[in-house]
Amino acid sequence: MSQLVSTIINNDSVEFACEAHETLLEVLRDRLGLTGAKEGCGTGDCGACSVILDGALVCSCLVLGAEAQDRNIETVEGMADGAKLHPLQTKFLEHAALQCGICTPGFLIAAKALLTNNPDPTEEEIRYALAGNLCRCTGYDKIVRAVQDAAKQMRRA
Amino acid sequence: MTYDTQFTGQTFKSVGTRPLRPDGIDKVTGRARYGADYNLPGQLTGLILRSPHAHARIKKIDTRKAEKLKGVKAVITSTDLPDLTDGDSELFDILDNCMARKKVFYDGHAVAAVAAIDAKTARAALKLIKVDYQVLSHVTDVDEATKPKAPLLHRNCFTEGIEPKPAKASNIASRSEFGHGDVEVGFEQADVVVERNFKTEQTHQGYIEPHACVASFGPDGSAEMWVCTQGHFTFRQQCAALLGMPLSKLRVTSTEIGGGFGGKTHIWAEPVALALSRKANRPVKLVMSREEVFRASGPTSATSIDIKIGVKKDGTITAADAVLRYSNGPYPGVWAMLGAMTSFACYDLKNVRTVGLEVLVNRPKTTAYRAPSAPMAAFAVESMVDELADKIGMDPVAFRIKNAAKEGTKSSYGPVYGPIGIGPTLEAARKHPHMKAKLGKNQGRGMACGFWFNFGGQTCADLNIAVDGSVTLTVGTIDVGGARASLALVAAEELGIDYDDVKAVVGDTASLGHNDMTDGSRGTFSSSMAAIMAARNAIEELKNRAAKMWEIPVKNVIWEDGHAKAKGRGKKYAKLAPLSLADIAAETPNTGGPIAGYSELVADGAGVSFATHICDVEVDPETGRTQVVRYTVIQDAGKAVHPTYVEGQYQGGAAQGIGWALNEEYIYGADGRLQNPGFLDYRIPVCSDLPMIDTQILEIPNPNHPYGVRGVGETSIVPPLAAIANAVSDAVDVRMTHVPMSAPRILKALKTEH
Amino acid sequence: MVEVKLWGALHPATGGVSTIEIEATTIRELLRKLQEQYPDTAPFVKNGIAVSIDGVLYRDSWEKKLPPSAEIYLLPRIVGG
Repeated sequence: MSQLVSTIINNDSVEFACEAHETLLEVLRDRLGLTGAKEGCGTGDCGACSVILDGALVCSCLVLGAEAQDRNIETVEGMADGAKLHPLQTKFLEHAALQCGICTPGFLIAAKALLTNNPDPTEEEIRYALAGNLCRCTGYDKIVRAVQDAAKQMRRA
Repeated sequence: MTYDTQFTGQTFKSVGTRPLRPDGIDKVTGRARYGADYNLPGQLTGLILRSPHAHARIKKIDTRKAEKLKGVKAVITSTDLPDLTDGDSELFDILDNCMARKKVFYDGHAVAAVAAIDAKTARAALKLIKVDYQVLSHVTDVDEATKPKAPLLHRNCFTEGIEPKPAKASNIASRSEFGHGDVEVGFEQADVVVERNFKTEQTHQGYIEPHACVASFGPDGSAEMWVCTQGHFTFRQQCAALLGMPLSKLRVTSTEIGGGFGGKTHIWAEPVALALSRKANRPVKLVMSREEVFRASGPTSATSIDIKIGVKKDGTITAADAVLRYSNGPYPGVWAMLGAMTSFACYDLKNVRTVGLEVLVNRPKTTAYRAPSAPMAAFAVESMVDELADKIGMDPVAFRIKNAAKEGTKSSYGPVYGPIGIGPTLEAARKHPHMKAKLGKNQGRGMACGFWFNFGGQTCADLNIAVDGSVTLTVGTIDVGGARASLALVAAEELGIDYDDVKAVVGDTASLGHNDMTDGSRGTFSSSMAAIMAARNAIEELKNRAAKMWEIPVKNVIWEDGHAKAKGRGKKYAKLAPLSLADIAAETPNTGGPIAGYSELVADGAGVSFATHICDVEVDPETGRTQVVRYTVIQDAGKAVHPTYVEGQYQGGAAQGIGWALNEEYIYGADGRLQNPGFLDYRIPVCSDLPMIDTQILEIPNPNHPYGVRGVGETSIVPPLAAIANAVSDAVDVRMTHVPMSAPRILKALKTEH
Repeated sequence: MVEVKLWGALHPATGGVSTIEIEATTIRELLRKLQEQYPDTAPFVKNGIAVSIDGVLYRDSWEKKLPPSAEIYLLPRIVGG
């Protein structure tokens, strides 16, 4: 049986109907057309579906759609301010912190969550904060450098 | 440093720079569309029913209840994918793997599929399909499978490559042998001979994007498919053959691909999606779950390798011998053969013999994984090379340099090498600051070399010049990690225009001629060759048009620095200012219509590739846990078109190798079922597991490519297993012979040896 | 006349010899005459053979010239990831 859910996604008020078993990831991708979050595993192990829920980093495959009621959700689609990319997005491009790019939305969201709480993380803090996001292409080197560089730029701003 | 080849002295304007990639914005904003991001009107959800048994005869499949469930639009079994393979055994094996026929051969083997209005209905339908199995005894271990009393996968499997043909069936599908000289004589000349067995466990490519496709079959017998693949032309060929349709009636579009590493060079669910769509007359989307990816796509081989090497006290290797058993899954492949060919390829050997045995087991079909089969062989050989260096008291780098293959060396797989790059990578390693970095407590250093064949193959590119002077380059090789940027750089270089004026895109199967897959490190190598030729082809026409604009003979027009220039005597020529590509493009409506360059070629001459890696690890003697603390990759790129993406390939290959060396393995239970089909229990390296990975790009131009380019994608996964094993041995003085060197294995080795 | 070396699996098809001589100037001619002179090699050619010319592998280019002094080596076709 479907239920109606009211929520805020990327600062927009959104209403959707979903069944009780549907995950937030399924709702985002299949009902709302927000396919930026990816399903790499469906079990919370890969972080490709990362979103920020009321300020906390979560795997949207482990959250039910119904739980989004009256919550605030940030996805990769909401990171840029119009044509102006978020510093993390810019630095990921400049450092070539993506190869295939399937994990990129999750990494950007996880990195954003990190820098919101800790604007000046050490390399080790970055590595542990991103340990829930799997990347198979890059070996993480350029991702860590991009986050370091973005953090530096954001601290100056 | 002296290289084996002459530097060609080419200078470049665009090639070698590091611009942003054209597909980058889409990928950081979530707009890029991968396999599972495509949807069609009226689309159904497809799901596959898979065998829970490792080996069983399919007695009967009853689909009647599933068909009657409301919302189910099609149910298929092997009868809906009839055998049209006409004696082509390789194609038959592909078909049998996509949908099991008489028997299931592994846990996860597809037996039926449904298409329904939604996932919930499709899941319910799968539960209503009744499969009557006669369970058979199974074998999943590569060594067990070769034993005389092992359960047989195929009763008609008589080992190929043995004369006379064996009378008794076995699980060894074929035997291949390479080498030269006489190893027995060589061993007699040796002062030290070491012999050991090495094992590596089965690993998966671990791409983050599961296989996904949308198939749409029309009642007129034509179809379209959107799929994440490393080769949409090859997928089209195989799917069309299995479904009995002309190639031109199946149009395949490659979506953005979320990693492949060889795993997306094979078809799995695609023919199933097409067959479902054909039966339901509606588009069908089929996306594998992560569990399905592990259980039923194609991991690499598990191996058991016997190595014997003899060496003189002065460091000369006198003989090298190897028997390599590689698991193939249920169908015969070439995996042990590739191991046999690559194992000793780094060395100049007088006496060498390698024997590869393709072993059939009840595991999923083995597939290519980045430099397929080479990492395991390199693990065994490079571990032993290290041990021998230690035994005769020689520095491991000096020992390798002494025995390294060079121009004129007869390779262990047969041919004599032309100019090759292993020497320079070893020299660079010897001089690298990493070699002098201080090691801490419980830390050790190891190094290893790796070899891989690169190849080229069929390639096709179109280059269209728009009226405003901007250029679209359409290629047919999939971009797995920045190739579009590299190819746009190459086109810009050749045309003499800005990188920003070239947009590189991947065309679908209807827009270009056949292109081989992005495998064998061929994507940038081959398509850059095609892009250069297409640009040169367009330049000829640009010169024609300039001649028309100037009303002079075309022989008096040359192309230089992105401009047509008039060359001739007299005042008339002196007044003719050079025409830019944009100037000429602007007049195309009047000078003969649009300008396009094209190129269809077989990109041969890829040349072999070598790398040397250096690695420091720290081993916790209490727990056996190993952490990589420093890592350096040195590899020849020929010419790095976009150095940042070349570094990325080096780093990515090293990281996959580190995972393989320390953590990753398929674990089968006694019941023949895979016990860890998920990223929680099949643990690939995470960010906190790894250090920064340093890279050194050597550029020894490939004489067979106009810009000297070499493929760079695969070789970087070859040395890590051995480099890490050697580092572990240095740190805690135990020789590890079984990969992955997980904490329990290291702990066990520490307890046994100390 | 070029000297052609063969990888192990081909030896039974050529009467046990590892090196043969063939009058050929291109890969096309080489593969055609190989099958004419040694019919048992046909299945190998069908499955795909790589021709190494002075250490560089060629897979599909029939028109590729065989320099008279070059080392010609027939190998199985390889696959990659």
